[in-house]
Amino acid sequence: MSHQRRAVALISGGLDSMLAAKVVKEQGVQVEGINFFTGFCVEGHTHAIRRKGRERPKRNSALWSAEQVGIKLHIIDIVEEYKPILLNPQHGYGQHLNPCLDCKIFMISKALEWMEANRFDFIITGEVIGQRPMSQRKNVLPVVARQSGAEDRLLRPLCARNLPPTLPEREGWVNREQLLAFSGRSRKPQMALAQHYGFSDYAQPAGGCCFLTDRRYAEKLTDLWASRGERDYQMDDIMLLKVGRHLRPRPHFKLIIAREEGEGNFLAGYRRSYPHLTTTSHPGPLALIDGSLQQGDAELAARILARYSQGREAERVTVELVDHQREKRQLEVVPMTANEIAPEWQI
Amino acid sequence: MKTVTLNARHLLCPLPVIRLQQQVAELAAESRIEIICTDPGALQDIPAWCRIHGHRLLAVHEEEGELTLWVEVGNSGTPA
Repeated sequence: MSHQRRAVALISGGLDSMLAAKVVKEQGVQVEGINFFTGFCVEGHTHAIRRKGRERPKRNSALWSAEQVGIKLHIIDIVEEYKPILLNPQHGYGQHLNPCLDCKIFMISKALEWMEANRFDFIITGEVIGQRPMSQRKNVLPVVARQSGAEDRLLRPLCARNLPPTLPEREGWVNREQLLAFSGRSRKPQMALAQHYGFSDYAQPAGGCCFLTDRRYAEKLTDLWASRGERDYQMDDIMLLKVGRHLRPRPHFKLIIAREEGEGNFLAGYRRSYPHLTTTSHPGPLALIDGSLQQGDAELAARILARYSQGREAERVTVELVDHQREKRQLEVVPMTANEIAPEWQI
Repeated sequence: MKTVTLNARHLLCPLPVIRLQQQVAELAAESRIEIICTDPGALQDIPAWCRIHGHRLLAVHEEEGELTLWVEVGNSGTPA
């Protein structure tokens, strides 16, 4: 009797990867899932931070998908290793700062490492020919297989019958005839297959899972690099870009102002690391200062913050500034008017 | 059996799960972990992760925006 083959499935939390894992599991293969955390995953972060929408239960889509399929899921932190992929993508960026093709190659190469370390036999992805404009074009799929090093141990069950047979198919570890021949941008075949398997609740597919595809986020990241004079980032940087109103009134500093209570609570966790401002005479948001204040900047920052407080119509607002040395000082300022907040300050 | 405490305050999903996963990989079956989180998503994600890996969620306590979850390690041989 031949031993049970083992496959590692890249699980994004979307429908396609969930279906791909299920299709192979149904053939008697032992499947386990892997999900990579780059720091740019949308995955409910803003939902976790903001009060708005709290009535909906917040869950990790990849974990939820794995549970629906009935497989284990291993979540791997690749924040540091991902930096060169984002900063110098060999295949360039998509519409914004999304290095989709390099990202896919990198993740499959990491899955290959995991596969070999854990003595699995092949890799599964939910890719479909023509589903996405950059990383799933027909001429690109062989590039992904080759440059990731996975070669023919990479099986795409949803479109396998449109591609040359891979090792798992040739060796009979899976039955090629029971794999699928999806192609193109239509979601109907996937939705029909989801219905067949009884998956009625799944994350909305295709493209919305990465902040790097978001124009506003990409603009904030570009601004961060420009202001620091180097293309680099730390974990805190990329988390803070997801939160609050970002205003850069001077090249050497910006304000990150909470827009509601949940964001205020989240930003409060960074008070030990960043100089910050709060209004003390009137209720108002917390603002972190990213950068350094020069002469006159403290008053400027305080006047901006006062504009976003409940004292915006008052003659004067008292603002407390806590600096890098954690020393406090009070500033009495006139809140800015709406017209004084220059549109170009908004990042 | 000794209980290991993990501080996952101010970490957003899925980082609390990743920290738990890394800790579990170093412990023997029946070891216990107490994980303290502030991301409300942990209420969904940690129990889900425990279910799919065969670990036991012993208890959950919520107080003043902090969640404490107690987990007993199962026999699944989970790689990190």
